[in-house]
Amino acid sequence: MNHLLSIEDLDREAIERIVSQAARFAEVSDREIKKVPALRGRMVLNLFYEASTRTRSSFELAAKRLSADVVNFAVNGSSVEKGESLKDTVLTLSAHKPDAIVLRTPWAGASELVSRWCSAAIVNAGDGKHEHPTQALLDVYTLRERLGGIDGASIWIVGDVAHSRVARSNIIAFQRMGARVTVAGPPTLIPREIDALGCDVRYTLDELGTADVVYALRMQRERMHETWVPSLREYASWYQINGRRLSPRQVLMHPGPVNRGVELSGEVVDSPQAVIAEQVQAGVVVRMAVLYELLAGSGMRPQGASPGSAGARVPRPVPEPQLA
Amino acid sequence: MAANPLIQGPTTPAELLLRDVHVLDPRADLDARHDVLVRGGLIAELGEPGAIDGPEGIETVEGAGRRLLPAFVDPHVHLRTPGQEHKEDLETGTRAAAAGGFGAVIAMPNTDPVIDSAPLLGSLRDAAAREARVPVGFLAAITRGLAGEELTEMAELREQGALGFTDDGRPVSSAGMLRKALQYQRLCGGVISLHEEDPTLSHGGSMREGAVSAALGIGGIPTVSESTMVARDAELAMYEQARVHFQHLSCAASVQAVAHARAAGGRISAEVTPHHLLLTDESVRGLDTRMKMNPPLAGETDHQALIAGLRDGTIDCVATDHAPHAREEKEVPFEQAPMGTTGLETAFAALYTGLVLPGELSLALLVQRMTAGAALFELPTPTIAMGEPANLTLVDLDAELLAGERGWESRSENCCFAGRRLHGRVLLTLAAGAIVYRERVFSVVAA
Repeated sequence: MNHLLSIEDLDREAIERIVSQAARFAEVSDREIKKVPALRGRMVLNLFYEASTRTRSSFELAAKRLSADVVNFAVNGSSVEKGESLKDTVLTLSAHKPDAIVLRTPWAGASELVSRWCSAAIVNAGDGKHEHPTQALLDVYTLRERLGGIDGASIWIVGDVAHSRVARSNIIAFQRMGARVTVAGPPTLIPREIDALGCDVRYTLDELGTADVVYALRMQRERMHETWVPSLREYASWYQINGRRLSPRQVLMHPGPVNRGVELSGEVVDSPQAVIAEQVQAGVVVRMAVLYELLAGSGMRPQGASPGSAGARVPRPVPEPQLA
Repeated sequence: MAANPLIQGPTTPAELLLRDVHVLDPRADLDARHDVLVRGGLIAELGEPGAIDGPEGIETVEGAGRRLLPAFVDPHVHLRTPGQEHKEDLETGTRAAAAGGFGAVIAMPNTDPVIDSAPLLGSLRDAAAREARVPVGFLAAITRGLAGEELTEMAELREQGALGFTDDGRPVSSAGMLRKALQYQRLCGGVISLHEEDPTLSHGGSMREGAVSAALGIGGIPTVSESTMVARDAELAMYEQARVHFQHLSCAASVQAVAHARAAGGRISAEVTPHHLLLTDESVRGLDTRMKMNPPLAGETDHQALIAGLRDGTIDCVATDHAPHAREEKEVPFEQAPMGTTGLETAFAALYTGLVLPGELSLALLVQRMTAGAALFELPTPTIAMGEPANLTLVDLDAELLAGERGWESRSENCCFAGRRLHGRVLLTLAAGAIVYRERVFSVVAA
């Protein structure tokens, strides 16, 4: 494994390998000295084109616990605001020879593009509304810790699926791990033909009781401006996960940050069914496992793998396309 | 109309003997091997192979049975001049046309500034008279600045040589505004050529809505964004008895709307691009920005309907919508990239490979559809007959090429067919009586 660009690139075995490695790293987090020397001397660059506190700090913490050096490059106040293109920013930063670049952008496919422009291992930390593979891995980890396994589990992903990279990565990852996935939400926020990914689609929560796991998505306030839903009030009355809708045997997940009173009521956030804090904890150990897998693990990269020159373009084998 | 609508740079009339070429011109009912003599830029003689002795010293091309076709006509290209010459200019764009076997192209007015006044059109035509390798016709804008709010001075633009009018790149969103343009057409003539899109439906979209856009998390443009506007504007055109042309159809419902309006007597024509005929939204999965165009690549059902529409004549012609963009503009994440693919240099080979070789379309029908754009815009159709100006394309159907292997004549390289193995190499193009393109390694033998 050279990069983590999409959860699509991981088969069940690879997901299990990473999650098991994360479980071993969890033990490190309980020690007094929360650090192992696995990536000593390696450099991890966090390149974030979107505001992100938790994902960025989770990656930073993960890299530091593996003894890697971490450089955070936030786009605010940088050359990007002076009009530098993504390509030039990446080529410039590549001159520092990072071993891994953790990339968050508002654009689908950006991490794959970047992987062609430099030889660092690229970790997709969210590309537009496309994917967020480490979120899916940490969610699989969290569920495995809670349920023992997720084969055959029924998982409902509820809310704004259209604008959610978490939803897309999790639909794929949960199914790959043997779960049945249902997406539910207002028809304006469920993409047409999303069922081609193999999930079921519901527009009400009438059958939510059949779920073993309820995964609520964040309902972003900015969606109100384009009238995706008539009001947050109406959204909450139809789709909020609250004490009335959540049964005691169900597990509740949320990628954070939570809008209390919108997609989740306060009482369920604080309920024992919620594993939201566990998800955050899992974030660190799963990202440790991902960095370890990329930089020191089974898909071990050659020592000193770095761009031959700042502008080096790594040619990718392009399969000969066929006309449709 | 005062001015000659087609403008070309300075040329030398060709003197050429094409020996033993397989002449295929469905309109002239020609499909056999001939010698073709071009004198002073005109087709002077057509004879049995070996029957014509050219004058002493005339350049002779040994055709060896390769196909000689009427030069193609593209009613929809973007030459990016004025204002975006870093993407393309009149010279590079028409060189690309010549290399693709095109003998005439029609350029869109969505330049910077927009071609929305007669003086602007006049100066652009002056530039074309210096730089254009093949004859170029120009459409002018329907509304000033493509803003959709005020009509351009259509009558004066017509006198200055505008072939017609379009706000291409944008729809005329207001039905009332379009209706006024259709009414005004009675005064000034000229085809009204329509880019159909409802911005309230396409807003936020970068590709066709469907399973692929759902999987990629990319905003989708639904087919109804186009088809509802085609239906609306076909109705308007019939109400005003106006002549309209629908650009780059991309879905089955649009094809049906055109068929329906034509059956009801509408003076309606339509075009389709090679990329919509040959690719589907599956090609977008890799998020290659060369696959991003407007309208977007269609799903499989719509793709098949476009081929059927071209075959049965509901769609009159092929148009490339050649839309060059600079490398740095396309070398960005998919959602940020501008829409458009180049197409002039690959159109014939891609369509021959993708439609004729698999038996979807006959070669004769492809040639018909690649030349039909001329008559739709009231231009003479390239014809292989004695006395006609030499508008000719010599192609080697068997020759394989890797699209883009030798670079591009266009200034831009954003071609959705780049890297594909195609058959049907253009060897020689004559436009309006002059040799405008020669394949570099193709040998011509002087007698």
